[in-house]
Amino acid sequence: MLTRLGPPLAMLLLSGPIVAGLAGTVLPAFGYFPPLGGLSISLAPFVAVFAEPGIWMSVAISLGTGLAATAISLGAVMLFVAGWSGTRIFARVQHLVSPLLSVPHAAVAFGLAFLIAPSGMLARLVSPWLTGWQQPPDVLIVHDPAGLAMTAGLVVKEIPFLLLIALAALPQTDPARTRALAASLGYGPVAGFLHGTWPPLYRQMRLAVFAVIAFSTSVVDVAQILGPTTPAPLAVRLIEWMRDPDLSMRYLASAGALLQLGVTALAILVWIGMERVAARLCRVIRDTGWRFRGDAWLRGTALAAVMLAAFAVFAGLATLALWSLSGLWQYPDALPQWLTLKNWAKTLPRIAGPLATTISVAGLSTLLALTLALLSLLREDETGRRAGRGAQMLLYLPLIVPQVAFLFGLQLLLVLAGAVTSLPALVLAHLVFVMPYVFLSLADPWRAYDRRYEAVAAGLGKRRWTVFFRIKLPMLARPILTAAAVGFAVSVGLYLPTVLIGAGRLETITTEAVALASGGNRRVIGVYAFLQMLLPAAGFLVAILGPALIFRHRRAMRV
Amino acid sequence: MTEQGLHLDEVSIALKGRTLLAVDRHVAPGEVFTVMGPSGSGKSTLLAYIGGFLEPAFSATGRVVVDGTDLTGTAAQDRHAGILFQDPLLFPHMSVCANLCFAIPASVKGRSARATLADTALADVGLSGMGARDPDTLSGGEKARVALARALLSGPRMLLLDEPFSKLDAGLRQQARELVFSRARDMRLPVVLVTHDEADAEAAGGAILRIDPC
Repeated sequence: MLTRLGPPLAMLLLSGPIVAGLAGTVLPAFGYFPPLGGLSISLAPFVAVFAEPGIWMSVAISLGTGLAATAISLGAVMLFVAGWSGTRIFARVQHLVSPLLSVPHAAVAFGLAFLIAPSGMLARLVSPWLTGWQQPPDVLIVHDPAGLAMTAGLVVKEIPFLLLIALAALPQTDPARTRALAASLGYGPVAGFLHGTWPPLYRQMRLAVFAVIAFSTSVVDVAQILGPTTPAPLAVRLIEWMRDPDLSMRYLASAGALLQLGVTALAILVWIGMERVAARLCRVIRDTGWRFRGDAWLRGTALAAVMLAAFAVFAGLATLALWSLSGLWQYPDALPQWLTLKNWAKTLPRIAGPLATTISVAGLSTLLALTLALLSLLREDETGRRAGRGAQMLLYLPLIVPQVAFLFGLQLLLVLAGAVTSLPALVLAHLVFVMPYVFLSLADPWRAYDRRYEAVAAGLGKRRWTVFFRIKLPMLARPILTAAAVGFAVSVGLYLPTVLIGAGRLETITTEAVALASGGNRRVIGVYAFLQMLLPAAGFLVAILGPALIFRHRRAMRV
Repeated sequence: MTEQGLHLDEVSIALKGRTLLAVDRHVAPGEVFTVMGPSGSGKSTLLAYIGGFLEPAFSATGRVVVDGTDLTGTAAQDRHAGILFQDPLLFPHMSVCANLCFAIPASVKGRSARATLADTALADVGLSGMGARDPDTLSGGEKARVALARALLSGPRMLLLDEPFSKLDAGLRQQARELVFSRARDMRLPVVLVTHDEADAEAAGGAILRIDPC
């Protein structure tokens, strides 16, 4: 039976690379790596890591920016849902979540950099009439040593992610009735939400929040584009060590990867401590009976924060697009003097290869992930047993274990197996990250499906696979295609797995774009980043328009 | 001589070791056997067991025999049980006609032969010419009639009814009952009806099993 293979195969392909990769990181970190002659266990690699200049500063930046980004984005999402759920504005913002989420991190980071840099769009809009600047002011906004720009870049990207997770869990907490009840007791919307709806909601969001912490404390692409450079966050320095042609640096890099694992674990522990404090604080406030009726200013602030994040992404993308088409564009002009397709014409021939790699890797990994998710869900239908908490944890594993920690070891193992830089290896590495998103986005609509349709079809004498292909698959076409679009977008945006497993020979749009970051040619970056955004958008367009066209005469198939 | 009709041979359904219902009954062709009980009493699981789509969480014993053929343990698609639920459950991605054609057995060959059969079935429930319609644009009563026509087209050996009238308006309900029961009688199908509406049981006119709430 084909479906029987689904769950074990999915588990193997998810956990296999992580476990093997971690092993491949741990052993060299303690000096054991026979191919390079390391046969004894020692702590020398760790001693070397801690002897690196500014290493503690790097650790501090990783911890600080990661925790700050998580706290700010979760706070904004919490207050936004608290103040606005059930309103018309809330319904409108919901529609923005998916497009925002589909933009790769690197493109968002570039967009933000193009906006806020001293020579960026915002400075141009107010110069020279307000500021008097004829030259870009000499201030370090992007790459600022405290990592503020990097934190901002993470926040604008994590807000839509956390909002999506909150939206998915919200209906189960019965927010409308809780709101009405709290209001009837005299509580303002925010206070009523925080005491009534938030605790159960947060419990369901917790793994996703941990994933945000893990990502933010170990991010590489956003850090390279926006983050501090002297010293850089830990993950960025790791990548430099890993790419060092001197192979003995691999010991150092492995030990550094374990340090990264520790930093992320510490960040999660600190977060858990903060959860405790916040919960106690909440109880204290609740016991005072404070109604907090005058919360309009706080609701307004939360709305402004979420809108600002959305605006930053869209304005950044618009600026990127403008740069990719710009001719001469002098400071402080707000617009280029003329528009031209020359940048695109010059860049496109170079892009063809990476574009083909991007599309084939994203397409293949999405197809595999979708097949595995469907088989697992079909198996769930057969046995009547839902995937338990363990399976849920496993799904989040690739999102919670810092990518560097296991990808580096995986790369080493693949090098030994002679499989690094091969397309299948890259597809499998992407699959580890694509599968959780595909599964998480498909599982809810799948489980909400009215299975009596299948009973009716079986009663009409149809075989299982006929029922699947002719009834269930078409009826679930929209969520299935959406899940595929999500998977495709994730794969397009993946930076680190591509850099490490592709090892510089398999380039995608994303790795090329990030590699351009240091060069600073805005026109070329604009082309790459715009394409980066275009691919996922095209995926979502297909997912929305396809079913809408096919079922245009079927009213019940509309959203 | 094989025994005609549906025979529920010492059927018993349990959830976590607790017996929900036990039945031992013969339903003759054209007869309606009504199972009554409040919601949550597990009466629908009897239909699920007969139809072959009982959730794995339940455990059941006993045989289901139709016209002398033992169906126990066969797959749902081999049982030929026409099912009507509370909701008409017309496949939303197909036209009315496609819904009906989907039910026609593969042994009926030829596109036009199948289409003619579907058209006739539609006319039989008073909906001639509605084949091209989107099922979602039909009224509640019309949808219920298409669902009935679809179930009958598949050449069922029996009809399983899971409160099929409860969502219809009071006026339509009586019509729908008469239509379903008379068609079942004409086609000599044994019927199992699950309901909590006394009027359903009365209209059905057959034997009644009452399940206690638990």
